[in-house]
Amino acid sequence: MNWQWFHRLSSPKWFYQISGSLLPWFWGISLILIVAGLYQGLYNSVIDYQQGSTVRIMYLHVPTAFASMMFYVVMAVAAAIGYIWRIKLAHMAAVSAAPVGAAMTLLALVTGSLWGKPIWNTWWVWDARLTSELILLFLYLGFMSLHQAFEDREVGDRAAGVLAMVGVINVPIIHFSVEWWNTLHQGATISKFEKPSMDPSMLIALLLMIFAVILFCSAVMMYRMRNEVLSREQSKSWVKEVIGQ
Amino acid sequence: MLIKLLQRELLRHWRCRQDLINPLIFFILTVSLFPLAVTPDGQLLGQIGSGIIWVAALLAAMLSLESMYRDDYHDGTLELLLLQSGSSYTVVMAKIISHWLTTGLPLVIISPLLAVMMQISSEGITALMLTLLIGTPVLSLIGSVGMGLTVGLRQGGVLLSLLVLPLYIPILIFGASAVSAAAMGMDYSGQLAFMGAFLLGSISLVPLASVAAIRVSIR
Amino acid sequence: MSMSEFLDMGGYGLYVWSSYGIALLVFGGLFVGVKLQRKRLIKQLRRLYRQQAKINTESQQ
Repeated sequence: MNWQWFHRLSSPKWFYQISGSLLPWFWGISLILIVAGLYQGLYNSVIDYQQGSTVRIMYLHVPTAFASMMFYVVMAVAAAIGYIWRIKLAHMAAVSAAPVGAAMTLLALVTGSLWGKPIWNTWWVWDARLTSELILLFLYLGFMSLHQAFEDREVGDRAAGVLAMVGVINVPIIHFSVEWWNTLHQGATISKFEKPSMDPSMLIALLLMIFAVILFCSAVMMYRMRNEVLSREQSKSWVKEVIGQ
Repeated sequence: MLIKLLQRELLRHWRCRQDLINPLIFFILTVSLFPLAVTPDGQLLGQIGSGIIWVAALLAAMLSLESMYRDDYHDGTLELLLLQSGSSYTVVMAKIISHWLTTGLPLVIISPLLAVMMQISSEGITALMLTLLIGTPVLSLIGSVGMGLTVGLRQGGVLLSLLVLPLYIPILIFGASAVSAAAMGMDYSGQLAFMGAFLLGSISLVPLASVAAIRVSIR
Repeated sequence: MSMSEFLDMGGYGLYVWSSYGIALLVFGGLFVGVKLQRKRLIKQLRRLYRQQAKINTESQQ
């Protein structure tokens, strides 16, 4: 069995080279998607009958919420790969995913509040989604804090990795618990955000923004990974060449 | 092997009896503060009482986690214990069980007193004891993972809370709501079932994570 | 749609534009942050390599 390709995949140097050529495309395409999405979302699409123009916040809220969860899974999977197979590049991926994911979670919470206030007249509600999203933010912050706390970066990788793996199991459990708790307390009826059949112009805007955000965040994560590679492999000669002098 | 380890752990805890009293006192004090801060009104207290007692239990359990691995980590015993063949699972379980016996169980025993303070009805008291009985082992279990990860760190304590509290939330939700349900005379077997499931799941999975965590810290 | 209508967003302008404004800040912050990180790193590594080179030449003498 030819494992060469697998070893290449886990080589930081290979990643640095490949990402160098991919990155401009990521930035470029995400920029195009952002512009198109903003145009479509803010200008070209219809407004919701009930929610009026506030629905335009959805084009920020849904993509960032989606990204926040996606990057957590990415982080946890990367951490698991790094932990089980001891692949440094995987740990670098996990560490790079965390700040991006945390930022998206924060943004999802903020845009959610700003959307909720005009519509439901409240900044916050303890329904399953919001609460789970808040906990997700704490998990991200915990991951980053734990990783920072270790002097030996590689030990920190593994420690934070354990946390990420434990956390990924817990997030669905938390979501389920809060949802269950809410159905008990009939009060939080606003939790069921219905996605009514969307007008195509809205759907296009939403899809554009989702892809835009994911692509942009991936670019940021990749850039961070490149920095991690340079930092961790600093003793290697190829890094010295790249840095110059 | 488990018995021997357990004996050792319990002896260790007994030698620092003072450390065991502290979480208990904290638990009682914290709960007592709430009627003073919020209202002595019986009705309202009864409603929020279950939640308050549960949160206080959570915090008390967390405060006492230090004792689990710290001393053995610092004098190298932890490393030795894990290096021995024989199951590292046993080592961790012994520590967790002794932690629960010395911190969780006292909480359970003293909870009726606090329930009375918070004006919780007698059905509520039974529910409280039951849920704490099932829930506090889970707190010890999950806490051991967090403790394993932070045992080598200087600023470990604060970080520990950040790591472990989000993971405690499902237990908190089900535990507190079971007591509220009981106090209102409703059936709470569903909550108990979930907590039981969580306990069983933790017993099987957590020691793995805990050993992994300690191995990381020992490095 | 006129410019003023666009800004007003049917009365919800404050909420909509705050959202987009904060989003702009966060995304911008991520972008700038990551670029600055690289800059700082390169500067640091250059300094490190120079020091190492100096030590090497000194030890060879």
